[in-house]
Amino acid sequence: MKDWFRRHHPPSFQAVGENNREIPDDLWTKCPGCGELLYQRELEVNDWVCTRCAHHFRLRAPQRLAQLTDDGSFEEHEAYLRPADPLQFVSATESYREKLEQARKKSKLSEAMVVGTARLNGCPLVIAVTDFRFMGGSMGAVYGEKLVRAVDLARERRLPVLTVSASGGARMHEGMFSLMQMAKTTAAFAQLGRERLPHISLLSDPCTGGVTASYATNADVIVAEPGALIGFAGPRVIEQTTRQKLPQGFQTAEFCLQHGMVDMVTPRRELRPVIGNLMQLLCGSVPVAS
Amino acid sequence: MHPEPRTAWERVQLARNPARPKTLDYIDGLIERWVELHGDRAHGDDKALVTGVGSFGGRSVVVLGHQRGSDTRENLARNFGMPRPEAYRKAVRMMEVAEKFVLPVICFVDTPGADPGMQSEERGQAVAIAGSLYALANLPVPVVVVVIGEGGSGGALAISTGDRILMMENSVYSVASPEASATILWHDATKAPEAAEKMKITPPDLLEFGIVDRIVAEPPDGAHADAETAIRSVGTCIQTTLEELDAFYRTDRSYDRDRLLTARAEKYRRIGAWHEDRPQLTEVYSDVAEA
Repeated sequence: MKDWFRRHHPPSFQAVGENNREIPDDLWTKCPGCGELLYQRELEVNDWVCTRCAHHFRLRAPQRLAQLTDDGSFEEHEAYLRPADPLQFVSATESYREKLEQARKKSKLSEAMVVGTARLNGCPLVIAVTDFRFMGGSMGAVYGEKLVRAVDLARERRLPVLTVSASGGARMHEGMFSLMQMAKTTAAFAQLGRERLPHISLLSDPCTGGVTASYATNADVIVAEPGALIGFAGPRVIEQTTRQKLPQGFQTAEFCLQHGMVDMVTPRRELRPVIGNLMQLLCGSVPVAS
Repeated sequence: MHPEPRTAWERVQLARNPARPKTLDYIDGLIERWVELHGDRAHGDDKALVTGVGSFGGRSVVVLGHQRGSDTRENLARNFGMPRPEAYRKAVRMMEVAEKFVLPVICFVDTPGADPGMQSEERGQAVAIAGSLYALANLPVPVVVVVIGEGGSGGALAISTGDRILMMENSVYSVASPEASATILWHDATKAPEAAEKMKITPPDLLEFGIVDRIVAEPPDGAHADAETAIRSVGTCIQTTLEELDAFYRTDRSYDRDRLLTARAEKYRRIGAWHEDRPQLTEVYSDVAEA
């Protein structure tokens, strides 16, 4: 366990460590962008950005927290929330409970959303990170509840909020409870906004459906990582519905910037200074905790 | 009210019946001095979502509603009731009117979902829906929502996050259409009737979950069989609901903004199911996590 993680609650995830690589036990990783075989140590040092083509690998929640927050500053909250199965859902092949168990084993997380307090370049904030490895980062009731409690904490302590999203949208297995998390999280961020506390949203690959269409774009500043897929309908749905082949680069972060949907596309390496600066500027005339 | 409770799939079919009354029928039957207002002032006017002002029960209101067509030609003009981003931006513009002139908002929900086309993506469908949700979360006037047909996913939700949600007996409201759910879960769209049952999309299910507040009874054979009665029932229920909200939040010349918005946020905050077991033995848990 690395020391950036302070254990005040039992963790909902395992910290970044030897057993928690994106591709375990391999010295070499093939870049999905350019096909180059990359030395894993080198990738890690480079924040999981391809040294050849600058492809941004997807980050797990613990990796993202390690990348964005000051060492030792992250304190997890609401780690003990666990999903229920309100629809008693069983699909053709497996039950929701089984699916959750698999997701827990695979991701070593208890849910797709991890929230807590941390510092970024010395500035305290509330941070909420989605892990795409947990059922596609889908938003169910625990995802929503953790996020809303994180917003409550920000309001109570007068802290800005940074959300980092990577999600396919609402979680089918919780039906309408999932859809309503869009309303629930939006209402919480509206309260945060009325109290003049900033919300900065970082969109990472991929970000579609109900997450993009709710709190993740209801932010004061929307930052996207290069190459991230960002949209409402997923590319397959659009192709099936319209029977058109999508052009190269459709729904990428750069496409969203060009069409005015995000404020900036920022390489991973520059996220800390850029977001840190923005937080300070937005908090400029409003008293926030320090 | 139908003597036997209908199955979810029966309700889906009734909700989609082309002869079922649609938003403009409700407006025609319930709203006096109706003036439809058009356009988002930026790109265009989306006919899949009708907006305007009128008088309901003697007071001025803003009305928003998805509008499907009754035949193929009208459906093409109205994009089958699937709003594009302009529709949601028009809705937000109308919410600004509602706030400025302290007018309650009535929303009629009836859409298979937001338009999933390429142009809608280019114009920011996700951001437009999020914007409508955000505007509703900050709108300091009563908002009454009636699901009159199909409440399809985010495209429906975007104008549905009001203070009270009423659902007609034979309407449905779902995270994804039964066909889409069946495709996602079983890779087989023909399993839609099964998906409709499993996804719990009927008014009694959603009332039990605390997601909707009231069910509006329909004539025995469904709203299409006796539209006049159905429309009148909806009108009565909206009236009662507005009076109830007045009693709670009405002030001298306006509404109690803080209480209204806090209550609305709380309404949505309560929705969800989870386990909250603080484990007593940290060590035991962390062993599991590291196993």
